[in-house]
Amino acid sequence: MDIVSQVLEKAAQDERLRTTEVQKHLEVEIDEGSLLAVDYNSFDTEKIKTNREDYFKQLTRDNVQLLINRIWELPTKRVDEAVVATLPKPRFVLPRTHRLPKPKPLTKWQQFAKEKGIKSNRKRKSKVTWDEQLQKWIPNYGYKRTQAESEKNWLVEVSDHADPTLDHLSLKTTAKQEKRSKNELQRLRNLAKAKNVKVPRVGIPSSDYYQDTRQIATAVTVARSSTASVGKFQNRLPKEKDAKNIKEMVPGSKKNKQPMFKPGEEVKRNLGFVDKILSKRPAISIVSNPSESQNRQTDDESPRPKKRSKISKKGGKKPKGGKGKRDMHTKVGGRKRRQKN
Amino acid sequence: MKRLSEERTKLVFEKLTKYIGGNLKLLIDRPDGTYCFREQKEKVYYVSEKILSLASTVAPENLISFGTCFGRFTKSGKFKMHITALHYLAPYAQYKIWLKPSAEQQFLYGHHVAKSGLGRITENTAQYQGVVVFSMNDLPLGFGVAAKSTADCKHADPISTICFHQADIGEYIRSEDTLI
Repeated sequence: MDIVSQVLEKAAQDERLRTTEVQKHLEVEIDEGSLLAVDYNSFDTEKIKTNREDYFKQLTRDNVQLLINRIWELPTKRVDEAVVATLPKPRFVLPRTHRLPKPKPLTKWQQFAKEKGIKSNRKRKSKVTWDEQLQKWIPNYGYKRTQAESEKNWLVEVSDHADPTLDHLSLKTTAKQEKRSKNELQRLRNLAKAKNVKVPRVGIPSSDYYQDTRQIATAVTVARSSTASVGKFQNRLPKEKDAKNIKEMVPGSKKNKQPMFKPGEEVKRNLGFVDKILSKRPAISIVSNPSESQNRQTDDESPRPKKRSKISKKGGKKPKGGKGKRDMHTKVGGRKRRQKN
Repeated sequence: MKRLSEERTKLVFEKLTKYIGGNLKLLIDRPDGTYCFREQKEKVYYVSEKILSLASTVAPENLISFGTCFGRFTKSGKFKMHITALHYLAPYAQYKIWLKPSAEQQFLYGHHVAKSGLGRITENTAQYQGVVVFSMNDLPLGFGVAAKSTADCKHADPISTICFHQADIGEYIRSEDTLI
């Protein structure tokens, strides 16, 4: 008994060996689930000043003791020679270390479907499908898929009118490849859209840039000739023509070539032009007496004929605009003006 | 050298018919050989096939002139006659004006023809008709546009303009460097 009392005495003296009892001014808040103890008591400022390290060590030890005490109040069980307490669910809400993940941006199709209210009842596809022909499960994609495909497609079905000289097996594969690359393009476009990256447009330009089909035609014509070889090796669609309005300005475009003439044909054409022009000209009204000689000498010094025209012409008067006897039908070069009717 | 395009041919012919009317056909369809209109550096030339084939051997950048220059196309697309065309206009002219010897010099200096200088005028000349100007001894001096019809000429003042000057043979000296 002496030994026990000795030990207890020693323990009382030794600060490190303390009882499980801890006295606190304010009760320590303990969450067993997350093994958390929160001490709201204020620090002893004097002890901090004198012996800071020891004070904190002591304080921590006391709080941990309280936590341990509480843990041992929980139901325990024995697992392999060790006593284990089962912790309840944590009550304390820990803040997240990472930010909340953003919702995944919708693909173009998903957005379209959402706008239009299209609900696809497509179920999740399984990774493998049963193939009747091969009598086994083959993967829909990925590993061993092409192997199964080649096993399956040892023969290609072709219509009666198909060209027998073509390699239909390779045609089929290229068609598939094209489909795949198109899908890849769409995937990348969706990616760019989600990341808000501007991608240069391909195909038909949008109406933001070109309001008119004629403008598009103009743009196409200009674009075609914008190569180093002024569009000489650029392919054309069947029946595709250059835009008319800029044809003459575009280098390398086929200009309206003058037709080659057979000998004598040019003369005939020119005579035709003359005939046309002469027929257009208004007949000149002959004022004088036709019985007189054509070339009559006018004697300006001689007295004037008595019959004077009433319209006396004043020399030196400025002609007024719009009163000239301009023939509106004769075509002249230069800017075309609107004719008043 | 190029053949004239359809539009340009029409422009040239319209201008020529103002002076020689239907006689233009005689210029186009000649019995002494085929003559044609060709374009080179905006200038219009009237050449025989023979000369044309010879001229085609000269590189276009070195070719200054061939045949007879009838005129040129202005930057605004109009056709302007040159005095060099007079050689072909004078014999076929339908409307003529004869100048008194005193008025000849005035006209050859590039002035309009006043009533006082008018010797003779073709009957029934309409206003703004293209006319060829001759001296009294039938030497072609140039061409212009009638400012007044023949009837109006009789009553006009001596100082009033009868014919607007367009080209005269004085240009051969005055604008020697530009005229080819």
